[in-house]
Formats: sequence, C-alpha cells, structure tokens
Amino acid sequence: MSLRRVATLPQDGPGTVRVPLVGPAVCAGFPSPADDFLEGALELPRWLVPNPPATFLMQVRGESMRGAGIFDRDLACVDRSLLPQHDSVVVAVVDALLSCKRYRIEGNTPRLAFDNPDLPAFAVDEASEVEIWGVVRFTIRWHVARGRLA
Amino acid sequence: MSGRAPRAVALIDGNSFYCSCERVFDPKLARVPVIVLSNNDGCAIARTAEAKALGIRMGEPYFKIRDLCRSQGVRVFSSNYTLYGDMSGRTNAVYRQFSPRVEIYSIDESFLDLSDVAAPVRVELARDLRATVRAWTGIPTCVGIGPTKTLAKLANHIAKSVPALDGVCDLTDAAAYDHWLCRVAVGEVWGIGRASLAKLEAMGVESVADLRDLDPRPVRKGLTVVGERIIHELRGLACLPLDLVPARRKGCAVTRSFSARITDRATLEEAVAAHATRLGEKLRREGLGTDHVTVFYHTSEHDRDAPQRSVATTVSLPEHSSDTLALIQAVRLGVAKTWRDPSPDRPAWRYSKAGVVTNDLWPLTDSPRALIGALDRARSGSLMAAMDACNARWGRGAVVPARAGLVARREWTTKFDMRTPRYTTQVAELPVAHA
Repeated sequence: MSLRRVATLPQDGPGTVRVPLVGPAVCAGFPSPADDFLEGALELPRWLVPNPPATFLMQVRGESMRGAGIFDRDLACVDRSLLPQHDSVVVAVVDALLSCKRYRIEGNTPRLAFDNPDLPAFAVDEASEVEIWGVVRFTIRWHVARGRLA
Repeated sequence: MSGRAPRAVALIDGNSFYCSCERVFDPKLARVPVIVLSNNDGCAIARTAEAKALGIRMGEPYFKIRDLCRSQGVRVFSSNYTLYGDMSGRTNAVYRQFSPRVEIYSIDESFLDLSDVAAPVRVELARDLRATVRAWTGIPTCVGIGPTKTLAKLANHIAKSVPALDGVCDLTDAAAYDHWLCRVAVGEVWGIGRASLAKLEAMGVESVADLRDLDPRPVRKGLTVVGERIIHELRGLACLPLDLVPARRKGCAVTRSFSARITDRATLEEAVAAHATRLGEKLRREGLGTDHVTVFYHTSEHDRDAPQRSVATTVSLPEHSSDTLALIQAVRLGVAKTWRDPSPDRPAWRYSKAGVVTNDLWPLTDSPRALIGALDRARSGSLMAAMDACNARWGRGAVVPARAGLVARREWTTKFDMRTPRYTTQVAELPVAHA
C-alpha cells in the first residue's frame, strides 16, 4: 500500500463540520494541558468548508475592499490550503498586520491591491515582499444590525 | 488498543508549539523572542529560538526573568490552552491525511506509522508532511523517522538540533543510523533519566551507540527492564507498539491554584463546586461515571512563616454518576467535614490551591446500580445534556450551577493576565483582517 495525501476531506454526507476541530481529548503519553480548556467549536455547513483543519474565521475591519463586496465587520472564511490566483481575495501580512487585499499578478510579480475606487490601486510597494496568510473562500455579511458582531 | 509494532515510525512535533500558535495569529511576533508562561503566570514553559538564545531556560520562574524580558523586548504570554488545543487538533487532522495510523502522544507530539511507505520515499513524504502542516496551520514542525519509537524520538531530536537536515532525520537509513548514533550523547535517549545517566556515565557509556552495544542482560539488573527495552529499541527491535486508541481514562482531576490566597469558606466552596462542575463535564464527554470524589485544598509551601495545612478527604456517592449536582453535593460535604474556622488564638490559614480528583472511573452504561439511594439517571441525564448543549453553543460557563458561581464573578480563578484572544473558538475573539 502506498500512502498519498488526500487534498480535501470528503464533502458528501449531511451535517456540519466543526471549524476548528476540537483537540485531542485524551493523549496516549502525556495528559493534554488543554483538556480543561477545550471549547465548543464554531460550526459551519460541511459543503462550505472542504478543508476544516486549514479553515479559519476572521472579522474584516475597514472599507478598502468595498469593490469586492466586502464591508466593515463582515466575517471572512479563510482557507490556508488554497493557492492564491490572479484576482483572488486574500489575507496577507502587510506591515505586520493581517490584511484583506486583492491579489494581482502583474507580469510575473504578485502585488496586493485595494478594491475601492476611492483608494489608490496598490496597497504595497512593488518591491515589498508579499506574505500570503490564506485565501478568502467566502464572506458573510449581516443585513440586520443586531446579528452583526460587535 | 495496541496494534502490532510498526516497521517504520515517525515522530512529528511542533517547534516551540505554544509560541508558534501565538505567532500564527500575530505577525508582529515573527523573529522576536516569545515565551509562554504556565498557569498563574508562574514559569516559562515554551520559548522560541530567539528566547532560548537569550538564556531563558525551560521552567524558569517568570519573576526571575521579568527584567530581562523587559530590557530585551521578549514578548510574554499567559498560556492560551483553548487555542493550543484547537491548533493541536488541526495538526493531527493533517497528520491523518498522511498516515491512517496516528498515536497522539501529547498536545504537540504524534507518532505516525510509516510501515507501508517504501524506504526511499519516507523522507520525501516527511518533507511533504512538514510543508503541508506549515501551509495549512502555520505551525513549523520537525520529523524524526526510525524503525522503533525510541529511534524516531532520537531522530526527531537530531532533526531539531542540526539545521542542515532541514527538519527531517531518517534513522531507518543505515548510513544515517551509523553516522548519528555515535555522535549523539546518551542523555538524549528517550527514557534515560538523570539517575540512569549517572550510572551509564560511570560505566563509560557516552554516546547512544555505546548504550546500544551494551549487553542487555546485565543491564537489566542495573537499569531495570526499561533499560533493557531501550537497548533493544536502539538496535531496531520494536518493543513499543503504537497506541492508536488511547486507553480508557482511569482517573480524572481538576485542580487549580487560586489567583491570590483565600481564607474564607464561601470562596473555597465555590471553587470546589466549580471544579466539580468541570469534572462532571469531562466525565460526561466520555460517558464515564465515578462513585467517589476526593477533595483537597492546601496552603502554600512558599508562605514559609504562615501556618500550614493540607486537607484531602474522599466522599462516596451512592452509585457511579457524572451528574454535576451530585458531584457538587459530594465535594461540599468534603469541605464541611474538614473546614476549620479561625479562632482568636489561631489565625486563618491562607489556602493557595484546591482540587477534586477521582480514580476508578467506570462506563456509566455498565456500572452496577445502587439498591438504595439510586440516582434518577433519566432526569439527571436530560438536565446535564441541556446544560452541556447550552455551554457548547454559548461558550463554557454560559450555564453553571449556582453553587459554582458565575464565571465572570469568580475572583479566585487562575490568573491568565497576558492571554491572547481565543482566536479560533470564540466568535467575539476572532482575529481581525484589516481592509
């Protein structure tokens, strides 16, 4: 038998997956010090989250991505197992902050761009190094004020 | 359950795991020294390479290094076990995509069975595993591969200490095995403690290869059966199988230091009730019950001039149960039996820690029922299920028994003054992406 990595968890089947997964309840060697601190996981429908261990939720703050339909206080589902393509919406490290940006490939150079007509096109100098944290799979926005996160 | 011994096994672990978890969500922590402190912000229990380079040792009390941390810009955090437990679950989910047989050894170490992976591609697979874990979860790891668990653990140590290996060392490779065993000190072998080390050094054993070449039979007398087993494992003869399904929990404890010393009965009762509540949750999660609880509380040996008192008492339940209310009743009885009020000629004891412990857990479904005093399991079961469901949905401590006190108002709870947000499990504490 040879072992091959499966790219994603099976998507069929009903129900929800836990994002994130709950850690190990019992370790074989040492008792887990996290045992007393495990919390209920944030649940999302399985068909929205093909790869739970690589999926993280974030809150978007700011208006620089309005053109992508992403607004202040929306919730972003970020998948670290996706590779960014031209025009992907990504979370990148900009000035040591996690930052939601448009990923553009100009010639052979990847660049991070705002997506807001009121702002300059590019968020980062051409010369700066771009570190991609993850790719935004989808965002959630509330259309009632009460449901929104504080 | 214990399976057959594997022919090739990998030990993968997270580098400075707790610190790495913090770094995933805060890019400002990259390349700066970071340490994580134990409960009550006592000692350093995780250090990045930059922190180790400043001379901060494992387990060093925080008060001794506070000034150093301030002057050197070390970022210091309380332990955020909710986050670490979640990240541990994620890394293990990735490991399972590479090998169906995984033993979770501790929160940051797992053994993977690689017996079915052809020898030439083991290192390639290990590199792919490292890269995938790093990409998907952000956690850097090292992988050691060996024909036995002891050699895998040794290989992991080598992978960590020799940067040229780029995080992977394979001792199933004969050349690597010959090269490294005579170059690594015997003290690095898994299971060789300080006492054994002294004996071995007296025998002239310096390297791992020296230990491997000892005759195991005489060793059995000096270093016990464990020593003999280590020698067999170092020779590539697997003695330790993989524990794929951890044994059923036999005992369970919830113990905590208070944030400050406590002297009054009401606070102690609230604390042990809160611990009993947590104990109930842990037992229910695994369908287990207990028919006794031991309550303990004691003063601190650090308060050298203050009067000392240490109390432990065991209270029996009528039958095995995981009902929080029954457990609270039992632990309160334990306090009632042992509490002593201060008097004019005896100042109050200043208690530093309390806990509830139980041994001999039993699956509730096949535990014997009490003839007299049986608890109403149907009624208790629905109440506990409702309470657990509320706490799962709205966060731990959303619903608590009144005896345990509201979580937000508990003043005695362990200090985590410098804890980062629970980035991955609390909607209100999600990381922010600036747009």
